[in-house]
Amino acid sequence: MALFDNLGEFKLDVLREIGNIGAGHAATALSRLLDRPVDMDIPKVKLLPFEEIAEEVGGAEQVVIAIYFRVEGDAPSHLFFMFELEPARRLLSELLQVKDLDEDNFSEMDISALSEIGNILAGSYLSSLADFTQLAMSPTVPQLAIDMAGAVLNYGLIQYGEMGDCALFIDTKFLQDVRDIQGTFFLIPDPDSFAKIFAALGVPIE
Amino acid sequence: MIEEMNVVKVGMADLNICISGSIRTTGLGSCVGVTLYDPLTKIGGLAHVMLPSSEIAREGSMNLAKYADTAIPELVARLTEAGASLSRMHAKMAGGAQMFAFSSQHESMRIGPRNIESCREMLQKLNIPLYAEDTGGNYGRTIEMFCSDGRLNIRSVQKGTKDI
Repeated sequence: MALFDNLGEFKLDVLREIGNIGAGHAATALSRLLDRPVDMDIPKVKLLPFEEIAEEVGGAEQVVIAIYFRVEGDAPSHLFFMFELEPARRLLSELLQVKDLDEDNFSEMDISALSEIGNILAGSYLSSLADFTQLAMSPTVPQLAIDMAGAVLNYGLIQYGEMGDCALFIDTKFLQDVRDIQGTFFLIPDPDSFAKIFAALGVPIE
Repeated sequence: MIEEMNVVKVGMADLNICISGSIRTTGLGSCVGVTLYDPLTKIGGLAHVMLPSSEIAREGSMNLAKYADTAIPELVARLTEAGASLSRMHAKMAGGAQMFAFSSQHESMRIGPRNIESCREMLQKLNIPLYAEDTGGNYGRTIEMFCSDGRLNIRSVQKGTKDI
């Protein structure tokens, strides 16, 4: 895809740093919520064929809890925040101090709590990005889906579909090792948003 | 009988045909899976359509399998080449969900319903009867078509499994 043909190592580093800052702040927010340390991996910036993107979270059929935000403003993007079911349950029991969570179902209260956690984390992710880039970025209200990862991520790839068979995304895993709460942030900027992000950071576009 | 069956996998924005066993695609969200089947030769095909119309394509070399208006004719061509006949073919389709109930006016977010519509139009244009469909909703689907009888098996997290 022509837009990304000349994406040098330097630009990838810039995008990685964006993931780092955003997820770093989000991890801090989560750590405050849980009152426990939360670690994160080095962000991955990848240009991948559609088919392989879902592999990053365990395959297209992997059932995940996805909290989705459309990011509006100067650099429109899709932001997904994903958990597998078990880690989500552990997160809930930790946060709500509930001992006997329903094995099979998430109650309305659980869903609402997860959306709110997503909201807090997305808020800190985006506001740190907005500070860093001086671009206006605001999330819509959270939308939560419990479904196949492929079907959910599909949603963020539509704009890329018009121009090729790959999408560029920034993905950061965070984890809390003691109780094994693991989740993933996916930031998928719209194809046209990259130029704005680079311009805002003073990265020359050749 | 099941263990020896070969399964043809179709990715996102991809299409293929199968002459024995089954053909499947996973994680259909707003994408639509269209299957065509010729009951006499028992040859079937599946296209995982991502976008409604190739008119919006901004890419250089176009992937025919991605757009409803190019994928279905391409699938017909591949099936005919393999010995199936257009006059005997019938279609089934699934997918086209609206994964998130979205308030924004952004037209591209309504992609699921537009994909369904466009696939229907294309089938009509080619005079291929649409036997069954399981479309819309707000959940993802994995579908698999069996060449022995043209049955389309649909699995979803929220609604379980069914055959159409």
